[in-house]
Amino acid sequence: MRPTPSGLKFLRALLMAAAVIAALWVGLRVLRDPNVFAGLGPSLSKLAQALVAMILGVGGIWALFHAANVMIEALPGRATEFLRPYVFVVPAVAVVGLYLIYPTVGTVVESFTDVPEGADPLTNYRQAFTNQEVLQAMRNNLVWLLIAPAVSVIIGLAFAALVDRVRREAVAKTFVFMPLAVSFVGASVIWRFMYAWKPPGQPQIGVLNAIWVAAGGVLVDLGLLAEVEPVAWLQVIPWNTVALIAIMVWLQVGLAMVILSAAIKGVPPELIEAARIDGASELQSFFRITVPSIWGSILTVFTTIAIAVLKVFDIIFVTTGGNFDTSVVAVRMYQEMFRFRNFGQATTMAVILLLAVLPLMAINIRNLRRQGIGA
Amino acid sequence: MRKRWLIATITALALIVAACGGETAGTTTEATGTTEATGATEAPVTTEAGDTSTTPGAATEPTGYDDLDQALAGEFEGSTVEVWAQWLPESSEASNFTYTLEPFQEATGITVDFQPTPDYETALQVAVDGGNAPDLAQIAQPGKMHQYAESGSLVSLTDWFNTEKLQADMVPAFYELGLFQDDLYGVYYKTDVKSIVWYPVQGFADNGYEVPTTWDDLIALSDQIIADGNGNPWCISIESQEADGWVATDWMEDILLRTAPPETYNQWISHEIPFNDPEVLEAADYMSQIWFTPDYAYGGNTYINATWIGETQDPMFAEGGPQCWMQKQAAWIGGFWGANRDALADDPSLPADQWPIKPETDVDFFYFPPIEEEFGTPVLGAADMFVMFEDRPEVRALMEWLATPDAAAGWIERGGFLSPLTTVPDDWYVYPNTQLSEMVAGATTVGFDASDLMPAEVGAGTFWSGMIDWVAANGENTGEVFQAIEDSWPTG
Repeated sequence: MRPTPSGLKFLRALLMAAAVIAALWVGLRVLRDPNVFAGLGPSLSKLAQALVAMILGVGGIWALFHAANVMIEALPGRATEFLRPYVFVVPAVAVVGLYLIYPTVGTVVESFTDVPEGADPLTNYRQAFTNQEVLQAMRNNLVWLLIAPAVSVIIGLAFAALVDRVRREAVAKTFVFMPLAVSFVGASVIWRFMYAWKPPGQPQIGVLNAIWVAAGGVLVDLGLLAEVEPVAWLQVIPWNTVALIAIMVWLQVGLAMVILSAAIKGVPPELIEAARIDGASELQSFFRITVPSIWGSILTVFTTIAIAVLKVFDIIFVTTGGNFDTSVVAVRMYQEMFRFRNFGQATTMAVILLLAVLPLMAINIRNLRRQGIGA
Repeated sequence: MRKRWLIATITALALIVAACGGETAGTTTEATGTTEATGATEAPVTTEAGDTSTTPGAATEPTGYDDLDQALAGEFEGSTVEVWAQWLPESSEASNFTYTLEPFQEATGITVDFQPTPDYETALQVAVDGGNAPDLAQIAQPGKMHQYAESGSLVSLTDWFNTEKLQADMVPAFYELGLFQDDLYGVYYKTDVKSIVWYPVQGFADNGYEVPTTWDDLIALSDQIIADGNGNPWCISIESQEADGWVATDWMEDILLRTAPPETYNQWISHEIPFNDPEVLEAADYMSQIWFTPDYAYGGNTYINATWIGETQDPMFAEGGPQCWMQKQAAWIGGFWGANRDALADDPSLPADQWPIKPETDVDFFYFPPIEEEFGTPVLGAADMFVMFEDRPEVRALMEWLATPDAAAGWIERGGFLSPLTTVPDDWYVYPNTQLSEMVAGATTVGFDASDLMPAEVGAGTFWSGMIDWVAANGENTGEVFQAIEDSWPTG
């Protein structure tokens, strides 16, 4: 019995898919061996490995989708149309499930099960909520949450509204936007120098202390001040947390400004004009017309920054290491995980963070949907 | 599990002693003569290091280690062993270790892919968790080795390593610190003596200051320096990136060894006495005397907390004379003195006698003085071991080689290396290790770094952060700080 043409086509597609999968399998097995390209020398072998991995990764994905597509093309027309979306979406969903949902569920489970034998499942949570250092970290997270997003949005909004009228708007915006391109770690290293402290009498390499001591010196010369001492900004509790929050604001203002600036430009000029004709002042039209019109964008920016703030880790880790009462939940999580190897506590920290972020995510998504972006 | 550490530490009382006595092993703690070996000039080490042979497969004396013998016979030529260590890339330590490995590679034809790794503990942990562990890795904390051994990540050496030879060649305490549940996992490689205080030689001479030999002398000298208007007596700081605070824990440990019996020290580690036992608080009071007496520490408590440990002593080299005069730190600090930092950044392989600020002639050290007579002259030490994650013949060979004096030769030649092996000849050592080995030989007690033996939550957690809080409050919250550390001790 001869197979029908479409059956043959399907068989060929199936073979093709099998070949792609087999090739990927072999390729990945080869890549797992760290010495596979050892003959090329230590640095070149790594480069070769990276190159092969990239070709295999990108090419492999393309080949997989292509094979799947050919396969469903071989099916009768209706089935093709029905299956096509699934073929493209299911792998993505599967990957997200494997790398995001599975670990999340695992983390939650571990936080309840990784307890001393015979102890009840809530042990980790009870420990977390009675440990002074964890409570301190949570309080700090709250302070971050109260200050950083609001300040970032206010400064970003003010700047967006002001530069709207400036002639070299692009140049001005670029300067505010630039920090966004700096990584958290990079920014933290930069600001470590801003806050650096040297003993009195030595040259102050920290910008802030250099200004502080120089300005104070003038006052001392004028007899207005008895003496001026450099300040160890990162050691002064609780202002050191504010100093760290400033780094976050510096990083995020650019984001707020760009999005809000775009939103302001989207406000119909007739509306503002009408308000002005009705006798509204500049400020009135800003607060009564512009701000309400862009409220959705403000909320999006606010929640986006708030999520980043809740997860903040790098800034604290690089500058104070969580000492001097500056720790946050994410830093605790890192310490429990990598320094103390206490998985129960580490996963508990992760779950607490997750629970804190979830409502913000919900607000953010709902808001985006309302704006028709994430529908 | 903790019990085993304790046993190890009790033996650690005898610690390095034999290593320096030059006697063949044995548990004796005789402080035998290393005395003649003071001559820093006779450094026959170079020949020893280069001497193993030039081509793989050249006939050699049996080493007592099977895999190493096979390797020296050229059987594993062309293979590669990956080694990780916490010594930073571009550091003199990494450069010295690379140099030390050369004769092994030449003699066996095995390539050692040595990767000095920043953020070491995390990086290693991630690699092990991800199944990408290096073949060999250096570990400083015995507790870390226990964790890896317990989780089954490590290769046990018991069945194939010539443990009898190792036991005979190595200071017994170090051999035992390499054990976990009676199996050998770690081979100790490098030791550090922490009980030393560095001082500017010329400055002391100019002012007629004498090296103090008792605690009272130390305090009197400190007061004298202040009275003379010579700045502050002490250079102290503890900022160290991820490990802020460890310098303070060393001080606590060193002082506790001087104010309490060794049993107390061990009970403190094993938590048989509370962390804030009165004896420990007494040691804290001694420490406060130096750390928190006004004008004693340069820059006060802010300086202590704000200054990176590599720059602690910078004021000692200020133009116009030292602004701080004494620094308690292990021998590695020499590479960080003022201009030495830059010189070594340019050329990490620069030998100590070519540094801008020279150890011994410019800056010398004295033994951190004893406090209570009945506890004699103790020494605080720490050490690095190597552990094995992959079992291949060439990896075994390198592991075995690391337990031979040849593996110490190169680094001893470069300076700053003290081996736990008793088979390393005394006369290989030069300043300061000749002096250090004598100091250890004369020690009544040798304590292993307590914070490295405590559970990580304390030893690498609250003990560190507690010391920072203590300094931040200028020592006024001693009770609270030590109570908080006690409360943080993991239960169960």
